[in-house]
Amino acid sequence: MYLKNAIDRSTESDPLRRRITARKFRDRLFALTGLGAMVVALLVLLALLGQLAFDGMGRVSWQFLTSYPSRFPAQAGILSAWIGTALVMFLTALAAVPLGLAAAVYLEEYAAKNWVTDLIEINIANLAGVPSIVYGLMALGLLVSELRLGQSFLTAGLTLAMLILPMVIIATREAIRAVPPQIREAAYALGATKWQTVRDHVVPYSMGGILTGMILSLSRAVGETAPLITVGALSFIAFLPHPPFSHEFPFVSIQWLFDPFTVMPIQMFNWVSRPQEEFHVNAAAAGMILLVMTLAMNALAIAIRARFRRRIHW
Amino acid sequence: MTSHVETTLALKAEAQELHFYYGGTVQALKGISLGLADRRATALIGPSGCGKTTYLRCLNRMHDLYPGNRYEGAVLLYPDRLNIVDQTVDPIEIRMRVGMVFQKPNPFPKSIYENVAYGLRIRGTTKRSELDGAVEQALRNAALWTEVKDRLHDLAFNLSGGQQQRLCIARALATGPEMLLFDEPTSALDPTATARIEELVTELKQKVTIVIVTHNMQQAARVSDYTAFMYEGRLVEFDRTEKIFTNPSNKLTEEYVTGRFG
Repeated sequence: MYLKNAIDRSTESDPLRRRITARKFRDRLFALTGLGAMVVALLVLLALLGQLAFDGMGRVSWQFLTSYPSRFPAQAGILSAWIGTALVMFLTALAAVPLGLAAAVYLEEYAAKNWVTDLIEINIANLAGVPSIVYGLMALGLLVSELRLGQSFLTAGLTLAMLILPMVIIATREAIRAVPPQIREAAYALGATKWQTVRDHVVPYSMGGILTGMILSLSRAVGETAPLITVGALSFIAFLPHPPFSHEFPFVSIQWLFDPFTVMPIQMFNWVSRPQEEFHVNAAAAGMILLVMTLAMNALAIAIRARFRRRIHW
Repeated sequence: MTSHVETTLALKAEAQELHFYYGGTVQALKGISLGLADRRATALIGPSGCGKTTYLRCLNRMHDLYPGNRYEGAVLLYPDRLNIVDQTVDPIEIRMRVGMVFQKPNPFPKSIYENVAYGLRIRGTTKRSELDGAVEQALRNAALWTEVKDRLHDLAFNLSGGQQQRLCIARALATGPEMLLFDEPTSALDPTATARIEELVTELKQKVTIVIVTHNMQQAARVSDYTAFMYEGRLVEFDRTEKIFTNPSNKLTEEYVTGRFG
């Protein structure tokens, strides 16, 4: 009796178990495929970083950071390049942040929800995908030729600002949208105007997301090369821009805005295109430093996000 | 369909043939005429989707925040007979006179003090002593002062749900509104916190006109003087609360308050 029942049961449940096994097999297969894809991506990245570190690490030194470029590889450095990058980033942020913030606030809080706004929204997303060289061409025509700003820091900063503006707008809108409507209603119910609601609530509460988006956009701009070559970056600059201060009244000087500029990726590009092996090492070392700059910006973005998340949770 | 309150009582607001359309097409209120007695609590009851919250949000023009909404008819705010839903009347003026407490506590992610002071700040009050006094008074009126007086500068999010809701009441009270709208204020709270809010509403109605939307029949019976029963965008019955709950004149009202539908 017992035997019969056991046999009965096993013949009954066999197809069921087989189906379960088959489904679990597919489950595992997918997990393995995913793991494989991740490992490949990670290995490629590690290989790149390893190669860069292996080539360039020996060249990174105080001398390298404080020297101008030179035709002797061992004496060459990235002083004008990293200062140039810092200044261009400063100008980019100065132009893109207020414009992007204001545009995003307008689109999110003020603009009527109609097809014109939808069209603008779609096109901002499209602009974020336009190849950077196209921005370079536009800047060459508009900033260099029409507005006669020259091949200068100002041109470089504004070019990159145009490039990241769509990204800043999109990131800011996302952050603003994360503020729950109940909070807006609470402010309006007290008799607040739209501007008071935006200034006292919407923008402060989305600041974490806004700053994160801005820093990530800037860290994209830091590595941009093509548009800056287009607007005329020099790849050999053995002097620093004019200082932003002067001895005479009004003690600040904007002369530096119109000085010729270079930035880290341009310097790297220049070194890589030279035949001597030693310059390639310099390029790798400069790449290391550029990478550290980018990673530091991303780390800052993560830190800011974490700080604001702790304070505000809906 | 009756909307009369005893003639001896002054009205604070009165809807006259109020129609409301969401997004210009969906009609949510179909000719509501309803008087709200001054310094009394009026409860709005009815099954989900009957329009009671929609009516409440007409009283401070909350619907204006979203595009396409349309009012027809009038809601007069006494004593100056200002038509609340008139499009030439600034909703900001209405909201400065009519406060609101929402279903889910929605304090700002700021300090307790700043939450209560905000209504005064947007009206331009900057003097510290003035703000301090108003904040304390509002918190006392909302029965929260003793619990928070030593941590006014803590984040409001650190309060319990019930405390947060009383903070929202204090925030609405700080500017001295003439009428206070409660949209299911206890639906997210536990029974103890609910009891405290109800107690508070009972106290507040001596000073300010209260309109409260509730799904909880006992709550309506406990806190309100008048009750309006709404169904499918219409006012079915309006009367003194005891009358509605003990001897309603309409069959539908009777079925609803005895729990046979809704």
